[in-house]
Amino acid sequence: MTRVGITGSPDLAGDGLVAVVKRDCPTCQLVEPVLAGLSRAPGVTVYTQDDPDFPADVADRRDDTELSTSLALDIETVPTLVRFAGGVETGRVVGWSRAQWTELTGVADLGEGLPEHRPGCGSRTLDPDVAEELLVRTRGGSLRSRRLEITALEDEAEALFDRGFTDGLPVVAPTPARVLRMLEGTSRDPGEVVAVIPPNLVPATVEKVAINAVLAGCRPEYLPVVLAAVEAACTDEFNAHGLLATTWGAGPAIVVNGPVRAEIGMNWAGNALGQGNRANSTIGRALQLVIRNIGGGRPQEVDRAALGHPGKVGFCFAEDEEGSPFEPLAQSRGVPPGRSAVTVFAAEGPRGVADQISRRPESLARSLALGLRAVVHPKLVRGFDATLVVCPEHARVFADAGWDRARLEAALDEYLLLDRAEITRGAGGIDEGVPAGDSDRPLPKFRPGGLMIVHAGGGAGMFSAVIGGWAGGPGGSAPVTREVDPWR
Amino acid sequence: MAVTGTGSAGSLVILDPTDESAPDVRTALERPASLDGLRVGLLDISKPRGDVFLDRLAELLAERGTTVRRYAKPTFTKPMPPDLRREITAECDVVIEALAD
Repeated sequence: MTRVGITGSPDLAGDGLVAVVKRDCPTCQLVEPVLAGLSRAPGVTVYTQDDPDFPADVADRRDDTELSTSLALDIETVPTLVRFAGGVETGRVVGWSRAQWTELTGVADLGEGLPEHRPGCGSRTLDPDVAEELLVRTRGGSLRSRRLEITALEDEAEALFDRGFTDGLPVVAPTPARVLRMLEGTSRDPGEVVAVIPPNLVPATVEKVAINAVLAGCRPEYLPVVLAAVEAACTDEFNAHGLLATTWGAGPAIVVNGPVRAEIGMNWAGNALGQGNRANSTIGRALQLVIRNIGGGRPQEVDRAALGHPGKVGFCFAEDEEGSPFEPLAQSRGVPPGRSAVTVFAAEGPRGVADQISRRPESLARSLALGLRAVVHPKLVRGFDATLVVCPEHARVFADAGWDRARLEAALDEYLLLDRAEITRGAGGIDEGVPAGDSDRPLPKFRPGGLMIVHAGGGAGMFSAVIGGWAGGPGGSAPVTREVDPWR
Repeated sequence: MAVTGTGSAGSLVILDPTDESAPDVRTALERPASLDGLRVGLLDISKPRGDVFLDRLAELLAERGTTVRRYAKPTFTKPMPPDLRREITAECDVVIEALAD
């Protein structure tokens, strides 16, 4: 629908004046006699949005309670007076203004006794009670997904559980209106394929991802982050299929960097890894619902996790860049400064590492290394990746000593060289461990690149967190970073 | 429950969040009564010690006069490469797959 087009409303005049009004508007009532006067000349048509008998004494008065003409003319305020010449809009006045009405109509001395100026009222098309219906009427045809009916006898929330669309928590019903509003979060075409979703290798359109973002409880402005996360998770490097199918309990987690964090109100401060922030909670959930509903990855089916963890409902947080002594994670992974990005990584639940005594960076790094050593098993090495979330009070110790990300990584690598005597099978009375080798060389806990460092958390508490991962590298899963802006 | 319009009175229309695939109703093939004359494949998915199991199976089958073809996935963590799937389909009548740890 275009402003000037008369295509959306075939009875619009090609030449002349068109007014759009409603009775429920004091300004429209104020100009009622003006319209009656104007309509004595030919070529004046008045469309009424609510009461077909309003305004009185108008010769060519038409019923627009269906709002088709108002939509075609993109009316936001009533009264609106539009001039057409040759089927093209040549002028428009919003509200009442004697000077502007006179100029547009070419009729002098309009509205004797009326004030010079009076603002109009909101168009009926913008009323919340009709906006949703109009949205579906005008743009619902762009949606391709199968429409399902929840009958009047069914409870909406129960029906969504029964159909298997949820992760065990209630979801928001993906009505066409909600999905259309969600799609306003991106400029991408709803039919564009975002990624091929494992395990069933189903191509997912922007629309399908938007439907699942509605289910998850996302706001439209979160959608580009969700789309970037889906893109990142469905790469061969991240290997969402393997992560889903393994009997290990990890799932996909998302850390967000860049301006989008603040734009959509994400949490990187107190309780950053926990509940309570809508963006954090629903973006991670949307990714998991995409894998569940589009990809067909369901627990006890292709999801073979022996235990899983609560974060598999959704695990997403933002990095605290502003308070960090480290280069932001996304930049350390090649994203230019000032750009927003997601990094997906395999994640178990986070586990705290306390150190309230260390004020020397070496001492603190050794503490954190001890915490990291327990990932997968304290006597196993190089198989599994991990992420270390450094809290602000710990980060301050490194900042005061001038340690950057690389320096901390190097120190952790050094402190995580494990003595074979401690980790060989049988050592410590534990049969599990690394096989006895022919060398006494210490073994690194993590593969090169297998440890990721993120900065987040509240200002009080010398408590960082270790997030164990899954099999790292080409045979398992590696973290993947993708920019958000291309999905806006 | 698919609908085309706005649905019946009082109902709520939602958009299907799934891949919309009808459930694939497929029945498993009958187990062969005997392996005589059949082409048997042994698939190692590359989990540790799967080969121990398959080696022993190959020995037992050889004693019965059945030779086997051996296949291996590059890694157990990822789906089978389509080429390997086609190869097995073309070369085998039955496949025995080993999972182990």
